[in-house]
Amino acid sequence: MDKSTNVLIVDDYKTMLRIIRNLLKQLDFNNVEEATDGQEALSKLRAGNFGLVISDWNMEPMTGLDLLKEVRADARLKALPFIMITAESKTENVVAARAAGVSNYIVKPFNAETLREKIEKVMAHA
Amino acid sequence: MLEPMQKVDRAQIALNVMSGLNKTEATLLQELEALGRMVAAAKEEIAAMRVENVDATHLPAATDELDEVVKSTADAANEILDVCETLENLQPGLAPEAADIVAVCVTRIYEACAFQDITGQRIGKVVNALKQIEQRVRETTGRFAPSAALPARTAPPRTEGERLANGPQAGAAASSQAEIDALLASFD
Repeated sequence: MDKSTNVLIVDDYKTMLRIIRNLLKQLDFNNVEEATDGQEALSKLRAGNFGLVISDWNMEPMTGLDLLKEVRADARLKALPFIMITAESKTENVVAARAAGVSNYIVKPFNAETLREKIEKVMAHA
Repeated sequence: MLEPMQKVDRAQIALNVMSGLNKTEATLLQELEALGRMVAAAKEEIAAMRVENVDATHLPAATDELDEVVKSTADAANEILDVCETLENLQPGLAPEAADIVAVCVTRIYEACAFQDITGQRIGKVVNALKQIEQRVRETTGRFAPSAALPARTAPPRTEGERLANGPQAGAAASSQAEIDALLASFD
C-alpha cells in the first residue's frame, strides 16, 4: 500500500474531517487534503492528483453519492478508489452506492481498525 | 359569504325539503347541519389562531436552541481533539510502552468524538421536521385566513443522492458494518 498517495477527505462536519485526518496520520497517510462538499471535492479532484477519496454522503450542495457518480463518469477519475463513510446505513443506500461504483462503504460511527482494513482492501485493488 | 336574500332562499328551500322528509331523513339532515356548524366553527378558530407566534417565535427559538447544542458539542469535540493532538506530539519523548498506550487511548478518543457528527445529523433532522411543521401550520391556517398564507413553494428536483440522504437510522432500520460488508460481498 502506497502511503505517500494523496488522499482527499470530504465531509461537511469540520470535526469529522479532523478526526479522519488524524486517524489517517496514525496510519502514516500524511498527504491529506479536505473538502466540505461534493462540488468542492470534484473541483479538487479534477485539478489535482489523488489516489484515494474518503467521502461522507449527506452534504450540500452536492452529496457524496452524486460526487461518486461524477467521479465514475470522468474519464481521468473513473478508476479512483472511493470509500463512503456515512451514517446512511439503510440497505437501499448501500445498494445505490454499490450501483454507482463505490469501492467500499463504512457506516458511522466507525473505528480506526475498520478504516485501516477498508483502505488496505481498496488500495490493493487499485 | 352568503347575501341575506340567498340565506332566505336557502332557508325556504330547506323548509320545503324538510316538509317532505320522513323522521330518519329529517334526523340525518339535522346531523348534517350540526356537522356543518362544527366545521364552520373550526374554520373560524383556525383562522383566529396566532400562527405568527408559532412561526415567528416558537419554532425559530427551538431551532436556535438546537443550533446552539450542535455548536456546543462541536466546540467540546474540538477541545478534546486539541488535547489529543498535544498528547500525540508527546509520544516521541515517551518510553515505547507508554507511547503505545497513549496511541491506543488517543485513537479511542478520536473514534468516540465522532459522536458530534452523528448527534449533529440527528438534530438536523429534528430541525427539518420543525420547519416542515411550520410550513404545514401556515398552509392550513392560510386556507382559512388568507393573510397568513405563504406563497406556494415549488420544490426543486432532487438527485438520487439527496433523496436517499436521510441521516442516521434508528433501531432495526440501521445496518451494522458487518451487515453492510455482507451485502457488498454478495455483489462480488
